[in-house]
Amino acid sequence: MAKNLYPYAVARIRSKELSLLNSSMMDQLIGAKTEEDCLNLLAGKGWDTESGVDKMFASEQKKTWDLLSELVSDLSVFNVFLLKNDYHNLKAAIKLRCTNTSMPSVYILNGTVPVEKIQAAVEKSQWDLLPEEMQSPAQEAFEALLHTRDGQLCDFILDKACLCAIEKAGKASDTEAIREYAERTVAAADIKIAVRALHTGKPLSLIESSLAPCDSLDTDRLAKAATQSEEAIFDVLSTSRYADAIDSLRESPSAFESWCDNLIIRKIRKELYNPFTLGPLAAFLIAKETELKSVRILLSGKRNGMPEDFIRQRMRELYVV
Amino acid sequence: MENLGVVFALLGAALAALLAGTGSAIGVGRTGQAAAGIVTEDPSKFGKVLILELLPGTQGIYGLIIAFLTLSNIGILGGNPNISIAKGLLYLMACLPIAIVGLFSAISQANASVSSMGLLSKRPDQFGKSMIFPIMVETYAILALLVSILSVNAINGMNI
Repeated sequence: MAKNLYPYAVARIRSKELSLLNSSMMDQLIGAKTEEDCLNLLAGKGWDTESGVDKMFASEQKKTWDLLSELVSDLSVFNVFLLKNDYHNLKAAIKLRCTNTSMPSVYILNGTVPVEKIQAAVEKSQWDLLPEEMQSPAQEAFEALLHTRDGQLCDFILDKACLCAIEKAGKASDTEAIREYAERTVAAADIKIAVRALHTGKPLSLIESSLAPCDSLDTDRLAKAATQSEEAIFDVLSTSRYADAIDSLRESPSAFESWCDNLIIRKIRKELYNPFTLGPLAAFLIAKETELKSVRILLSGKRNGMPEDFIRQRMRELYVV
Repeated sequence: MENLGVVFALLGAALAALLAGTGSAIGVGRTGQAAAGIVTEDPSKFGKVLILELLPGTQGIYGLIIAFLTLSNIGILGGNPNISIAKGLLYLMACLPIAIVGLFSAISQANASVSSMGLLSKRPDQFGKSMIFPIMVETYAILALLVSILSVNAINGMNI
């Protein structure tokens, strides 16, 4: 029992939470005049800004994963957060092979399956090199792209497989924060797919096959609503626990994106007061990823001379206030 | 059969030391891990977290006091270890409060201490308040200790 309490790890994470950006720091960043001013402020917080913005984000991500690998002997408990990288890499490998091009920079190195393994599986069509749950969608997506040249169909197949894998990993976890993350991620993705399918006029069969199963959302009703109207989708959401997504969907796609991230942050915030288990570690990881997303939006806004209010609307809620 | 009284009394003393000591060992172990985590990030907090770490250790001392008093009263530590079965059973009963409350309160106090360390890591100026929360758990260990001390002393004067 004591083995799963992680008192040492949680105590270190409690101290590390002090390094997350809080609301006053975020106000300073939003109020900064230029991207350079923002980078100076971040450098004061210990971010490595000298090697460029992309390397800064990569370095912050690496620091987080290095910390977690120090605290947890088996990092596979956090696989749920890396699955999207695996499927991104698989998607990239399949598209690169079908278009006969090479672009090593498109791969994300931090995944549960090594990039070389994914590349080898796709290059040789040796699907059994991949983990079992990736084999069938990989082959299906590859053949779909090869025969139809429809990149969107390939994306649909792999996106659904990714969501199913996240849902499965979430259910298998005994950490509430991970279960919440998986459930909310899948639900948010399903809502996004339904709205996009409505706007692009996709047929019911394609929508049904794109939506991943989700316990907190009636995906059959959502699929049918996605062939009717936006109001029909809102009607489905109003009877679910995602009723407050309706306002953000009415507002704009970016407001909905923010709502999705905020939903997860609100759910995991209780981990700030949990002294034991993997929950605070998973919450810290989610908080850091969300923070990086906010800073990316902020820097891009500053680079393009966007007004403060415009940037502020797109900022995600913070884990620590 | 005639020495069964001493056996029961000794069992009581052993339980007092064993259960309360086990609780403290688990508690101090748990708080020690959390303390190490805090000190890894900020070595200047060593003194403060050490106090919080040691709080669940008191139950083990209380168990030892009761065990020592019992052993002393029944003559194991010198004298004539010959008491009736009824008296032996009474000693066993007298030892149970600190044995059981000591075990559970030490673990609960450790959990409260670990939470307080989380508070301390973020707000070092709130050390006084962070001490209060685990100390509240100590109240119940002290109450159990009192009952055990009063009982062990009272049994000593009984003529049964």
